[in-house]
Amino acid sequence: MKQALVVARKDLLVEFRARLLLVRVIPFALLVLVLFAVALDSEPLILRAASGLVWLTMLFSTLLLVQRTYDVETQDAALEVLLTSAVEPVNVFFGKLFAAFVQLLVLSVLLVFGAIVLYGATVSGSNVVLLVTIVVSAAWGLASVGTLYGAVVANMNGRDSLLALLALPVLAPLLIGASRATEAAFGSQTIDTASGWAWVALLAVFAVVFSAAGAAAFGALMEPEA
Amino acid sequence: MQPVTTNDTAIRLNDAVVALGGFPALAGASVSVGRGELVALRGANGTGKSTLLRLCAGLVPLTRGSAQVFDVNLADDRASVRRHVGLLGHRNGLYDELTSRENVEFTARLVGAHTRDVEDALARLRIDSRVASTRTRALSAGQRRRTALASLVVRRAQLWLLDEPHAGLDAAARDELDVILLEATSAGATVLYTTHETDRPGRAVPRTLLLAGGVVASDSPRQS
Repeated sequence: MKQALVVARKDLLVEFRARLLLVRVIPFALLVLVLFAVALDSEPLILRAASGLVWLTMLFSTLLLVQRTYDVETQDAALEVLLTSAVEPVNVFFGKLFAAFVQLLVLSVLLVFGAIVLYGATVSGSNVVLLVTIVVSAAWGLASVGTLYGAVVANMNGRDSLLALLALPVLAPLLIGASRATEAAFGSQTIDTASGWAWVALLAVFAVVFSAAGAAAFGALMEPEA
Repeated sequence: MQPVTTNDTAIRLNDAVVALGGFPALAGASVSVGRGELVALRGANGTGKSTLLRLCAGLVPLTRGSAQVFDVNLADDRASVRRHVGLLGHRNGLYDELTSRENVEFTARLVGAHTRDVEDALARLRIDSRVASTRTRALSAGQRRRTALASLVVRRAQLWLLDEPHAGLDAAARDELDVILLEATSAGATVLYTTHETDRPGRAVPRTLLLAGGVVASDSPRQS
């Protein structure tokens, strides 16, 4: 566990210095939100689609973040040194997952606020807990899948496009669950709060399953190629 | 060449073959290295020196023959040997956005080393406070190499595997590295390193293995 925290701290420090989240991912995500609003150009339609647009933007942003987290490991063969540093692969996985989770959490909070400001979405006081739980569980699920599939393609040529091709279909249930639950948190007429919590349960199961799968598979995935 | 084996054997290769992309990078190497030995690997480019190091680090699979490192059979288990290995490859394994000191501290935290070990390692590799607080992306090749070596020093591995560790270092740093390697073996570590260096005056020549065509062509004993 201590090793996982050391890896997470290192990833966050590298990210803080490189400012990828601040300079590239956040502007990209906010721009996508704005462009969706311009493209839809209809207040009722935007309100209806707001939750889906937030999480679709999160999916694309996750790919950017995950690519970066593995680029820093491969650019000077740091991963090879990590593998021969008495570090259990499972600790590397959870370290990278936690660092990605923190960044995605920041981004998702910003995007929810973006939806409130740009799309006019509203959250009643009683739905704040629901919204916080959605954001936390969906960010953990995104980080789990991103860290796992980032490892799958880390040593491959054309990993940027491969990551999108492999991860996006897997993330479809999360996209649906997070969108529907957020719709409930935004006080939509089409879905009630109780149904929102049911979707949150799906998000939690999704996050646990992919965390466990990543922990089990990461060592084999990181095995150096001959 | 048949390997000599003892109870204190750290590495024992017997007709070890490693095929990389179908090409036998190591084509039947046999050698035995005792615990606490310092061994230089020499040979022209492409003779299998780096592959031999990577085989011992458990980073490439054994295709044929047998290979044991600290009694771990590499044909069955490549992962468990890695926790005993400190590896310095052609690349340094550093994070560009971290400073020299932060890179060394990262390794130290992973292996549970103390802060004073970091300071000692930085001092041994002549990394002053200005360099230590500079991001490694802004350092020269030699400074990056010294940072990687400092990380290796705090690692305190049982088996040091270094691929051309002297490359990019100035004369003083090369001499200091030789001392560090000797001290590591005195402390019980086994050290294998590849080199293209010509002998420097006043420097003891360690046991030297000459590789040619993926096999150990000659084995010269240590000379004081």
